[in-house]
Amino acid sequence: MVSTISRLPVLILLLVSMAAWAQTARQWLPLAKDGIHDPRNPALRLLQEPAAALSRLPADGAGNQVNWVHALERGVINPRTNILPETQVMVIDVDIYLNLRGGTPIVRFPHRAHTMWLDCTNCHQQLFASKAGANKLSMEAMLKGEQCGVCHGAVAFPLTECARCHNTPRNQPLPVGAIRGS
Amino acid sequence: MRTEFRKFYRPGVLWALALLAAIAGTMITTSEAQAEYGDVVINNHSDAAGMRPVVFPHWFHRVRFRCKVCHADLGFKFKAGGNDINMVKIIDGQFCGSCHNGKVAWAVDSCDLCHSGKPGTPTQVHESTINLLVTPGALTPAPAAAGKR
Repeated sequence: MVSTISRLPVLILLLVSMAAWAQTARQWLPLAKDGIHDPRNPALRLLQEPAAALSRLPADGAGNQVNWVHALERGVINPRTNILPETQVMVIDVDIYLNLRGGTPIVRFPHRAHTMWLDCTNCHQQLFASKAGANKLSMEAMLKGEQCGVCHGAVAFPLTECARCHNTPRNQPLPVGAIRGS
Repeated sequence: MRTEFRKFYRPGVLWALALLAAIAGTMITTSEAQAEYGDVVINNHSDAAGMRPVVFPHWFHRVRFRCKVCHADLGFKFKAGGNDINMVKIIDGQFCGSCHNGKVAWAVDSCDLCHSGKPGTPTQVHESTINLLVTPGALTPAPAAAGKR
């Protein structure tokens, strides 16, 4: 009843959807084709390809497709904390709630995830004062690469991932003892 | 309901759908080549010195070191091109030279391993929001410099 010719488009649809599914799997361009490495550099083959290292790390939908905080928390990677012996390692587990009067959901800033990677002096006091409410934050400044935008939008998850920072509903009470910023 | 479906389920409609899907598929697969998010190109002195610009892969380093190792202990500022790095300082053990000394990582005689970028590529954090939104088009090498080497 159904001729072969009328089955053909079904087959094409199937193949294309399979190809589309393969596209959603994480892929990393080889260095020679990434647009910034010089493919004529004879030493290029000695460098590690991103896929070789990153495909083993926890997945993320943005940035370089790796959830770096999960990679660290789950012990998938164990990067060194210091090179100078006198460096203090200080992981602080304090959340600050921000954007309390804005329209978008409230921001819960986790010190913990940040201090696992960074030193206190990386942000304090040049980028942010160590006083809740003392910092005037602005998305425009961040989009220009200032404030949170120094890292988010460059090496940490990009600013298009709104809900990962604006993560706390406005219509629910904040936890008891929550530290309120600006 | 069933007749309605039959009306829709005609080879012509399917062909159109298949064609659309194929076009969409091609558009997805032929997307522009892009380096890893966070790769830094440093071209403060390289082009002028006849060297390829440096490509610093953030991903490779953060697997092995937390941000603070370079950005606190070694004093790297959070700005592409904002650190006054030169080969004399590196040989002296400053900046990259803290590790790229032949002990922790390869030494300065492996020029091409760091100076691996396309000639003429401007200093930048690749794929950064600034590059995408504020200065689009700054990613590609200058026409004069491209194809020089």
